[in-house]
Amino acid sequence: MHVPDGFLDAPTSVATGAVAVVAVGVALRGARRELDDKTAPLAGLVATFVFATQMLNFPVGAGTSGHLLGGALAAVLVGPSTALLCITVVLLVQALLFADGGITALGTNIDLMGLVTVAVGYLVFRGLQAVLPKRLSMVAPAAAVGALVSVPVAALCFTGLYAVGGQADIPLGPLVTAMVGGHMLIGVGEALITGLAVGSIVAVRPDLVHGARRVLERRTLEVRRANGASA
Amino acid sequence: MRRVSTRALVVTGVLVALLLAGVVSHYASTSPDGLNRVAEDKGFSQTQTEHHGDGSPFAGYGTKGVGDARVSKGVAGVVGSLIVLVLAGGVTILVRRRTPEAESGDGREPVGHGGR
Repeated sequence: MHVPDGFLDAPTSVATGAVAVVAVGVALRGARRELDDKTAPLAGLVATFVFATQMLNFPVGAGTSGHLLGGALAAVLVGPSTALLCITVVLLVQALLFADGGITALGTNIDLMGLVTVAVGYLVFRGLQAVLPKRLSMVAPAAAVGALVSVPVAALCFTGLYAVGGQADIPLGPLVTAMVGGHMLIGVGEALITGLAVGSIVAVRPDLVHGARRVLERRTLEVRRANGASA
Repeated sequence: MRRVSTRALVVTGVLVALLLAGVVSHYASTSPDGLNRVAEDKGFSQTQTEHHGDGSPFAGYGTKGVGDARVSKGVAGVVGSLIVLVLAGGVTILVRRRTPEAESGDGREPVGHGGR
């Protein structure tokens, strides 16, 4: 979903750039709460994995492909603020070194593929965590659903930006349908990769996974109570 | 379940990422992605302007001067992954909270506190 230079007009690009600067500034402060000596190494790995996986376009329908966006994946693994920093690094390297995603569109891409997918993915994940059984086995499926929802929402947000500052005069209704429809399929791929990656890390080191913390805290309490009784 | 050390996890994960970017990427779909497909279908792809980064040695996930397509993309993927690892790793190490006590799992002495 890397937006190239020239799709959106200058005022819109300046505005999305300003939003991105503020969001990354807030994330730099927020990441301090999420990262300590124990969890910091995972963040570098998450960014690297997102970069690598974004090179793996998978086919969706005839003549179209999609790749992982990674916001939900990163948010569940390292926390939403750190996730935004990770995705921003990936997008910066892609734009400057690989000519993938426009340079004037960098703010737009940080907003869509960073801010939106992180926020939507994480909110859906936390919402599901609140209603699902508090078990470690629920972390990966909840992350996958967050990922599934995050992609079409990002596509919808692109359409919104295009309505405000698109450089071509095209009807918006069909654009919404095409963008959201096409990206629902890509969301399925996003969900599979996210579920697999989160599930793998939860299986070996759940204590490092940001989204598993609440479950682990609760589990510790339950184990102590059971010791006194029957277990 | 056997506890995997953080170092083993991160090293394994980075190796997997390098394998994906360096080797598996060759087999990725080359069709336009969702946005580019819609841009073509709906007729707004033509407003795209030349990329300011087209002069980069790795523009378009290829390596300038490397003829073989597989090697060219592989090298670009590995270099990009390592640059992202250094940058993202550096940022997160800078902003993290330094914990006063070493974590029991690593079995290391507390470092960097009260010293110097």
